[in-house]
Amino acid sequence: MSRRAILIRSGLLAAAVSSACSSTPTSQDTARQTQAVLQSSFRAQGIATLERLNQDELQQACSGESPPPADVAKRLEAAQRAAIQWPADGLYLGDWKRGEALAQSGRGMTWNDAPGVPSGGNCYNCHQLAPAEISYGTLGPSLLGYGRLRGVANPTDPVAAPVVEYTWGKLWNAKAYNACSGMPRFGHAGVLTPAQIRDLMALLLDPQSPVNRLP
Amino acid sequence: MTLLRRALVATALAASAGAHAQTSTAEGIAQYRALLADGNPAELWEAKGEALWKQRRGPKDASLESCDLGQGAGVVKGAFVRLPRWFSDTRRVQDLESRLLTCMQVQQGLDAAAIAATPFGQGEQVTLEALVAFVAAESRGMKFALPQTHPEERRMREIGRQVFFYRGGPYDFACASCHGEAGKRIRLQELPHLSVNPGDGVGIAAWPAYRVSSGELWSFQRRLNDCYRQQRFPYPGYASDATIALGAYLGSQADGAVSSAPAIKR
Repeated sequence: MSRRAILIRSGLLAAAVSSACSSTPTSQDTARQTQAVLQSSFRAQGIATLERLNQDELQQACSGESPPPADVAKRLEAAQRAAIQWPADGLYLGDWKRGEALAQSGRGMTWNDAPGVPSGGNCYNCHQLAPAEISYGTLGPSLLGYGRLRGVANPTDPVAAPVVEYTWGKLWNAKAYNACSGMPRFGHAGVLTPAQIRDLMALLLDPQSPVNRLP
Repeated sequence: MTLLRRALVATALAASAGAHAQTSTAEGIAQYRALLADGNPAELWEAKGEALWKQRRGPKDASLESCDLGQGAGVVKGAFVRLPRWFSDTRRVQDLESRLLTCMQVQQGLDAAAIAATPFGQGEQVTLEALVAFVAAESRGMKFALPQTHPEERRMREIGRQVFFYRGGPYDFACASCHGEAGKRIRLQELPHLSVNPGDGVGIAAWPAYRVSSGELWSFQRRLNDCYRQQRFPYPGYASDATIALGAYLGSQADGAVSSAPAIKR
């Protein structure tokens, strides 16, 4: 947990304690009780340790019934953006075929997954991508024609750089652009490796990828 | 046999529909479900559960017929749509499954903690599957009406609300990540919107349910457990307070919705 998150959590606790004397429970009283209930209800199983219950500042800010205020969201996004790791060699695109296989896989990180097994990208769970795959989810927007619709004819051309860089940033950490996005922070949280993200980049941006080929 | 034949026809229907377009795939699946619901195998669990309810079992060689599920000793009808609720004898808000554990311990002398620690589909958990199917079926067609008068019932509902929106783990998922909006899907699986009233026979008003894909009867606790697995959370204890609080929140959101449990699922 970051130092900032610890400070915020201890501040929350202090506020909860000071308001505990009032007769009607506040949401902060409930938050303290919710923490106690979570800690007593869950147990570690396999690779799914109890540390997963500990929220970072962003997870905490995005756990309300309504999103955080705009200024808070902007501050969180800036902090997430600052932590993006860009490809050291400037190589953004890998192999779209490996990317498609990754996009199909929803495996990884559950309590019945073995440690050290690479995670899938889970993409089709939430997004439409290649037109041949009709079993796609709708929690995220359709990504059919992603590169083509953004005018990416050659991903290595400097004119494509803003789209290419944004796409890397989005895959690395979706919260850098939308604080409470429903999409996991694949690079930031260590779910996918930089090499895997390169392959997903190719699936989205390579003109030869089925995502971008006209039917 | 009839059921198997129906299922095969329906599968063929769903597959041929899928070849055409997204909407016809969804229609095919809906048709497949409708055909299956005509002979929901959950009936087998319901019948077994009723027999187990009346059977003398455990170290005390007693039945569960004096068990109080909240509507008075031995009253099963209407209990399911009014749980979780406060119980003055245990001084806890309990859902159906934690209450059944209490009765199995008090009436029959079985070890509730040991049963709670037993993996799904094994030992006395198999007994619980049948019991929840029986108890839920006795309230089929009735409307959800969780009592909210006791302060503990309201407290657990509010904790459940916070648990529903609580984001954590490596994927930052909460229950709300998948169930916070209407009209969403994971792959082709439609997701109920659970932070509002999801309507008749949807969400908590459908579980326990028979799952065609695994041929198992899944209780509400087991449904929640597999949600948390896919949320990449640690393991929720069976009938733990977090799961009961979620039941209190989801049940109160579904106020007035008609129960179809045990329903039939993919």
